[in-house]
Amino acid sequence: MAVMPSIKSREVKIVQDIPISKTLQFWEALKQGKILATKCRKCGKLYFPPAADCSNCLASDMEWVELSSEATIETFTHVVVRPTTFQQEKPYTVAIGKLKEGVRVLAWLTGFKLSEVKVGMKAKLVAKLTPEGRPTYEFTRPE
Amino acid sequence: MRKVAIIGVGSSKFGVRNDVNVAELAFEAFKPSIEDAGITPKDIEFVAVGSTGAGAWYEELLPAVVSAEYCGLTGAGLLRCEAACASGSAAFATAYWAVASGQAEIAAALGVEKMREIDTPTMMEWIGRAGYYLWEFHNFGLTFPAYYALYATAHMARFGTTEEDLALVAVKNHKYASMNPIAHLQNRITVDDVLSSMVIAAPLKLFDCCPVSDGAASVILASEEKVKELKVDTPVWVAGIGYASGTANMSKRLDYVGLEASVAAAQKAYKMANVTPDQLDVAVVHDCFTIAEIMAYEDLGFCKKGEGAKLIREGQTEIGGKIPVNVDGGLKAKGHPIGTTGCSMIYELTKQLREEAVEKSRQAPMKNYIALAHNVGGTGHYCYVTILRR
Ligand SMILES: [Zn+2]
Repeated sequence: MAVMPSIKSREVKIVQDIPISKTLQFWEALKQGKILATKCRKCGKLYFPPAADCSNCLASDMEWVELSSEATIETFTHVVVRPTTFQQEKPYTVAIGKLKEGVRVLAWLTGFKLSEVKVGMKAKLVAKLTPEGRPTYEFTRPE
Repeated sequence: MRKVAIIGVGSSKFGVRNDVNVAELAFEAFKPSIEDAGITPKDIEFVAVGSTGAGAWYEELLPAVVSAEYCGLTGAGLLRCEAACASGSAAFATAYWAVASGQAEIAAALGVEKMREIDTPTMMEWIGRAGYYLWEFHNFGLTFPAYYALYATAHMARFGTTEEDLALVAVKNHKYASMNPIAHLQNRITVDDVLSSMVIAAPLKLFDCCPVSDGAASVILASEEKVKELKVDTPVWVAGIGYASGTANMSKRLDYVGLEASVAAAQKAYKMANVTPDQLDVAVVHDCFTIAEIMAYEDLGFCKKGEGAKLIREGQTEIGGKIPVNVDGGLKAKGHPIGTTGCSMIYELTKQLREEAVEKSRQAPMKNYIALAHNVGGTGHYCYVTILRR
C-alpha cells in the first residue's frame, strides 16, 4: 500500500509520579523480603493488592498482615509480543495464584520450564528487588 | 421511559485508514447515517461519542468536539463516553436514555477510533496499561492478548477446550468478513493458518487476535412520535439494554472461564426485552480474541457453561445453525476500532433486522426479528448487552 502523506505530532514524554504514601509499608516490606496485605479491622476483609480503605464496609481502619508464600496456580500465559517498556525483557510468564489465605496474586512466574507449568500446580510467592532496584514479587519453584 | 427506535445507521470502511484524520473518519460514518434517517444535523439534539484513544493513540484530546464540528453538529448536547472497548455501546446507551427519558426527540451515537497513527509496541503499551496500571502493568507488563490468554488457559484446563476450537472461531469470522466489503481483514483462513501463526501470548497466536483497526460507525435514534412524523418505514426498536461491570484487578475475578459482567448484563437485557436466548435470530458478540467468543456463547446462554467449544465445532453459530454469530466478521476480522465497535455492532444488527445486509450470502434468516449485541470493555471491566427488535 502507498504511504499516505502525514505530519508528525509534537513529541511528549510522559512520566507520572504515582503516590504510594498510603501503602508505603507494602513497598518497604518488599525490600525486606516480605509480602504484606491489609485487613479491615471492622469487617475482617483481607486485601491484596493492599488497600488503605475498605471497599466492602468503607472503613479506613486497616492492619498490615504478612502473607504466606504458598500459592496454587489458577491460570497463566507466556507473553511473547511485549509492550514498548518491556522490550528489554525476555518473553515472560505471568500467572495468577491463590494463596491459602484466600486472596489471589497476579505476578511473573519464574524458575520453571514453560512446558512444566500447569493449572493447579504449587508455586512459592517471593518478594524481590529487580536488578534496577525496583521492588516487586513473583512466583517461583517451591524448595 | 418512551419507546426508542434506530432510524439511521452508517459506517466507514474499517482498516488502516491513514488517509483520514479522526474528524474525517467520523464524517464517513455520520453522513450515511443521517441520509438513511432522512434528517439533517440540525435535527439532532444530543450526541454521545464513543472513543477511547484520545491523546494516546491519536492526537485529539476532545474527539467529540472536533468530530461534532466537522459533521455540522455544533450546538447539540455533546459528551464522550469511555467504557474501554465498550465505549461505543456506552455512547449508544447514553443516546438511548436521552430519547427514552423525553429529554431529546432525536439523538446520535457516534463511535470513532484511529489506532494506526502509532507503532504496534506503543499500542501494546497503551492497551496493556488499560487493565490496572499500578498492580498489573507496572511490574508485570500484561498485554491485552495476555489477559485473554489467562482466560484461554483456564478454560482449556477446566473444560478441555483446545487450540483447534479457538481456531475455528477465527476461521468462521474470517469467512463472513470475506463477504463484508467494510471489513478490515477479508482473507479466508484455515485452522492450520491459525495454529501455525506466531505466538503472541500463549496459548493465543496472531490469528486468535483481532487486528488493530481504524473505523467509525454512527447510529441515529428517535422517539416513537418522531418515527411516525418522519414516516420511517422500518424502524428497529431498542427492546432491552443491560449493563454491568467487573473488578479492575484481574486477580479479584471469581474465576477465569467466563465474564461475570457479561452474565449480569445479559440477564438485565433479556429481562427488559422479555426475550430468551432461543428467540434470537442473530447475534454479534465481543470476539476481540477467539476465546472471548467461546466464553460469550456460554455467558449469554447460547449453551451451557463449558459447552462453547462444542457449539463452534458443530457449526451452530454459522448461518443455518442454531444462532448465527458475528456474520459481519466480528471484531476478529471486521476489525475492532475500540470506541467504535459498540456502534458498529448496532449498525450490523440494524442491517440484518431490515434484511438489507448488502451481501445476501451473510444475511441471517429472520424468524422472530430479534437480535443481540454483546460488547465487553477491557477484560470484563465493563459490559453492555443490547437487544433489538424490528
Ligand atoms: Zn471493611
